[in-house]
Amino acid sequence: MHRRGKGDPSVTNVSVTVNGQSREADVEPRTLLVYFLRETLGLTGTNVGCDTSTCGSCTVLVDGESVKSCTMLAAQADGRDVTTIEAMAHGDTMHPIQDAFHRNHGLQCGYCTPGMVMAAASYLQENPTPTEEDVREALEGNLCRCTGYQNIVKSILDAAGSMSGAPETTRA
Amino acid sequence: MVATEQYVGSPVLRKEDAKLLTGQGNFVDNQSMAGMVWMALVRPPHVHATIQSIDTAAAASMPGVVGVYTAADLETAFPAALPMVWPITEDIKIPTHWPLTKDKIRFAGDAVAVVVAETREQAEDAAEMVTVSASDLPAVTDLEEAATDEVVIHEDLGTNVVVHWSHGGGGDQSVFDSAPVIVQERFTQPRLIPNAIEPRGCLAYGSPAAGEFTLVSATQIPHICRVGLSIATGVPQSKLRIIAPDVGGGFGSKLNVYAEEALALALTRSIGRPVKWIETRPENYVATIHGRGVLHDCTLAGTEDGEIQGMKFVELADMGAYFQLLTPGIPELGGWVYMGPYDTKAYWYEFKGIITNATPTDAYRGAGRPEATFVIERLVDAYARRIGMDPADVRRKNFLPPSAEAFASVMGLSIDSANYEPTFDRALELAEYDQMRKEQQARRDRGDTKQLGIGLSSYIEMCGLAPSEILGALRYVAGGWDAAEIECRPDGKVVVRTGTSPHGQGHETSWSQIVADGLGVTPDDVEVLHGDTSVSRLGMDTYGSRSASVGAEAVARALEKVRAKARTIAAHELEVAEDDLEWTDGAFRVSGAPDKARTIPELAASAWHAHALPADMEPMLEGTAVWDPPNFTWPGGTHICVVEVDTETGKTDIMRYVAVDDCGNVINPMIVEGQVQGGVAQGVAEALYEEALYDESGNLMSSSMTQYLVPTAVEIPSITQDRTVTPSTTNSLGVKGIGEAGTIASPPAVVNAVIDAVSHLGVSHIDKPASPERVWRAIRDAQGGAA
Repeated sequence: MHRRGKGDPSVTNVSVTVNGQSREADVEPRTLLVYFLRETLGLTGTNVGCDTSTCGSCTVLVDGESVKSCTMLAAQADGRDVTTIEAMAHGDTMHPIQDAFHRNHGLQCGYCTPGMVMAAASYLQENPTPTEEDVREALEGNLCRCTGYQNIVKSILDAAGSMSGAPETTRA
Repeated sequence: MVATEQYVGSPVLRKEDAKLLTGQGNFVDNQSMAGMVWMALVRPPHVHATIQSIDTAAAASMPGVVGVYTAADLETAFPAALPMVWPITEDIKIPTHWPLTKDKIRFAGDAVAVVVAETREQAEDAAEMVTVSASDLPAVTDLEEAATDEVVIHEDLGTNVVVHWSHGGGGDQSVFDSAPVIVQERFTQPRLIPNAIEPRGCLAYGSPAAGEFTLVSATQIPHICRVGLSIATGVPQSKLRIIAPDVGGGFGSKLNVYAEEALALALTRSIGRPVKWIETRPENYVATIHGRGVLHDCTLAGTEDGEIQGMKFVELADMGAYFQLLTPGIPELGGWVYMGPYDTKAYWYEFKGIITNATPTDAYRGAGRPEATFVIERLVDAYARRIGMDPADVRRKNFLPPSAEAFASVMGLSIDSANYEPTFDRALELAEYDQMRKEQQARRDRGDTKQLGIGLSSYIEMCGLAPSEILGALRYVAGGWDAAEIECRPDGKVVVRTGTSPHGQGHETSWSQIVADGLGVTPDDVEVLHGDTSVSRLGMDTYGSRSASVGAEAVARALEKVRAKARTIAAHELEVAEDDLEWTDGAFRVSGAPDKARTIPELAASAWHAHALPADMEPMLEGTAVWDPPNFTWPGGTHICVVEVDTETGKTDIMRYVAVDDCGNVINPMIVEGQVQGGVAQGVAEALYEEALYDESGNLMSSSMTQYLVPTAVEIPSITQDRTVTPSTTNSLGVKGIGEAGTIASPPAVVNAVIDAVSHLGVSHIDKPASPERVWRAIRDAQGGAA
């Protein structure tokens, strides 16, 4: 049950732009992006739920697209642009997706939530006016055990509305 | 600020959200310490085997390894085995359960050694280098096979049938011989894997010199862990602090005292460095408790016109290879609801607990009550089919009569209040029951490929654990009380310390609503602290839908003490008698002279500086309550599921799901609705998708999230919800539990619907999960189709 492959004494240098800042470090070649973020950079907002790229808790944006950061080596992110949950709010102002999750009770324990928010952010870029069915399909890679997804879907539809300038009312 | 708004009963948005939404959650894996080392468990690839030798030399010489320990190395670390706190019968046989197994491997997750190293990678790499020489024994994971004792798993016990508990029966048992209609059914319910999205994990640290230790753990039960881990490790409770930080879901799987927690504490004590362990998901599947795994033989006695006269259930329950904290008590927890919401004259329930070569079972959301409700509601449908009545009519005919007061039940305990028919009617209305029946008939008449099925589930549950006196009578070793402390600070802010330990349930928000109303402040003025035995000294934690009815009630009672003291100070300062004061608009005001007033923040400042308090009054405006409930709470409701089943492929689609629940008064309807949504999702998963499958050698085949089929947003439907309100008589808030209701009600609603969709084709039985293959085979078999 190796979560990070076989040990290798060599190190590799990676340089990644994370949340707008250039970050550089020497890491073991087997280091996954999620552990680079969490342990090397101390960005612990991205959670690990399964080690097997099933649950989606570790979803981040790489060059603007959602990626499960346990499926990518840190070395593969070299030279790329990574956005994590820590960069979504601006000061005290939450991102419209975060705000929608809050207003629609889209989270309970909150462990899957950063991954859900990042997956939603990527998806709403692709499809700013989704239907409920669209949102459900877009979330297929992200598991939640608390909410039954109902309020997560509602939150994302609500966020889509507010981000496209429509009134901030729940549409689900 | 002074607030006059009524917060209880309003959908106040959660104060927990901001940190969790921004990546600032304080989960255990986000914590590390200087000098910290990592722990990895060695779980050999055997299911049932005698250990000949364990070779740790290669692992010990790996880079970064601090030590490798087997049970023999830790002989003196554990004065007692891991605790099981519910020896439900006098003659129960209890398997000894050490943190590391000594002589035998008894299930696929049984650990034989632990490696400590500087990094997690080094610990896991070294764990793979530990070689175990063991000779395999035949493994048994099938309940009935294990019950034959052909293979005995704990030789010292002499049998796998370690406990037999009988309710003893209620009412006139002769109906099981004399009733005009006797329906007998056998139902199996597979093992389930809880799958909290945050795996377990812990971080232990402390001072060996002082003998003081702290364990940060992803647990639902810091207070109970303190007691249990003290017993296992010998660290006195006075020197053991347990912290449950933000915890990423539990569902019962973190309602336990686990080997890894005991090991981390023992190792930090011997090594003198902080020790951290984070469970991998594959480990979670074998080493964290499972739920369900039961087999019921059921009998219903009734009349030809639909009157239920007796219900009898005899159960075999899979305990797994050892007992965890509550294992043998879980079936018994269901043992008090086998009448459902029905007015049956005769009641019988008994079960045998069977040891198998599989992961220990324990509380999984609902814990005993989903198992009971599933078989009751399947049985009632079987009865309705037998006598040719509509299943809705049978249910309506048999509901217990409404009662606003507590009343005695045939199963022997008192039900706090009941009113099932309005809940039922509302569910039928929201589901458009009559219209759905017509649509179903039309599809049947046309012979459509996609047939409609309508499934009903009316339930009652027993929760709000629990009256200590009853727990004692049931041989549970602890009490069921809870506690709260309220401290009014001189800046007008309020600190509440609760003994409950939320992990998604929003207690910080709900408890602050209660306190805000009582003190005339806003929920934002109230800080609710929990989950740390040094902060919330007293408590019994969160499980069994107990937090509102026991923990929040303790808050309400502490609040009354604070208000009483505040009133005394106000009367003293305003120079009036206490009886001349009224509580209006968030302040104590002199009757007839409302401008003469004192707010709680003002009184808190007076009590803090204590310059001029009434004679003999102690400073500080604060109050503590420890509350032991006089009864459980008994929520109920009806869920209705409408499905479309493709008779050619066996695939089920949920078209409509209606949940109407009665959990008494509600503190925060938004949170209550969310609890039901999540509970129903887990029940739908149980009904259609999830099943822990073992191969003939006892290996877990559904060993990852993809194989086990944890449902996604695509599979889980949005549900239609409503509530009726029948206040509980158990507590002053009038609340009943709601955390488990959805999981209790939904599996039979869904499976009854699937069977109903194909019953006209001759199908009367389909096991959980009702997968396309199972449904397809059931149709084919009913039609006498070729293999």
